[in-house]
Amino acid sequence: MLDPDLIGRTFTGDKSVKVSQESITKFAAVIGEPNLDCAPPTFAISITLDQSQKLLQDSGLDWTRVVHGEQKFEILRPIVAGDDLLCSSTIETHRVVAGNEIVSVRSDLHSGSDLVVSTWSTLVVRA
Amino acid sequence: MTLTVGQELAPKSYSINRALLKHYADASGDQNPIHQDESFAKSVGLADVIAHGMFTMALAGKYLSELAGSGSVKEFSAKFIKPVVVPAGVDVELVVSGKVLELEGGLAKIELTAMCGQVKVLGMAKGVIKLS
Repeated sequence: MLDPDLIGRTFTGDKSVKVSQESITKFAAVIGEPNLDCAPPTFAISITLDQSQKLLQDSGLDWTRVVHGEQKFEILRPIVAGDDLLCSSTIETHRVVAGNEIVSVRSDLHSGSDLVVSTWSTLVVRA
Repeated sequence: MTLTVGQELAPKSYSINRALLKHYADASGDQNPIHQDESFAKSVGLADVIAHGMFTMALAGKYLSELAGSGSVKEFSAKFIKPVVVPAGVDVELVVSGKVLELEGGLAKIELTAMCGQVKVLGMAKGVIKLS
């Protein structure tokens, strides 16, 4: 069960993630996207999913029982190869329905001081 | 491309199969075995291997970005309401279509529908694209 003191707190990584052309090419290939000048719209999840789990690993959430319920992206500009993105994650809301925990995690990706993409993941931790 | 409010956008079809789920797992870093391992998926009560919700959303995102070009998507959201079940040796067809909800300030709000057969797999799927 989530530690309730963590709701609303933001955790920022201490290491940024460098986006390689290879990672964009690989992601684009799976969906058959021929344009490789920038990352496809949902590419950010390949960074934020892993990063938010690391940042929130001591939160009390059981990541092995997580089902993805809902996802939202706000893309201020497309991610491009060479971006150095720092992730910060916040548990925005948490509720318990029939023993299942429903958590909304916002993860922001910054390049320097510029916000590039915000993602919101609604995760259901099954009872 | 000129869009009008209420316009229905032509559907496009995308194939999902086990090999693509493995490629998506490698590209996205989501190696959850329910998307690759049939016996594991069944052991946790699923009918079979299911696609990553985010893979379905990535394909719907491709549909969206093709409307106004690469890099045009400003917002994109969806709920994962039904799993896309992917049996071995089968190409499951995902059909994505769209409808123009709003046009304002060079932006278009698009409602998306993603179907596998008769099953709607994404709920409340919407995107905002910047028109070039």
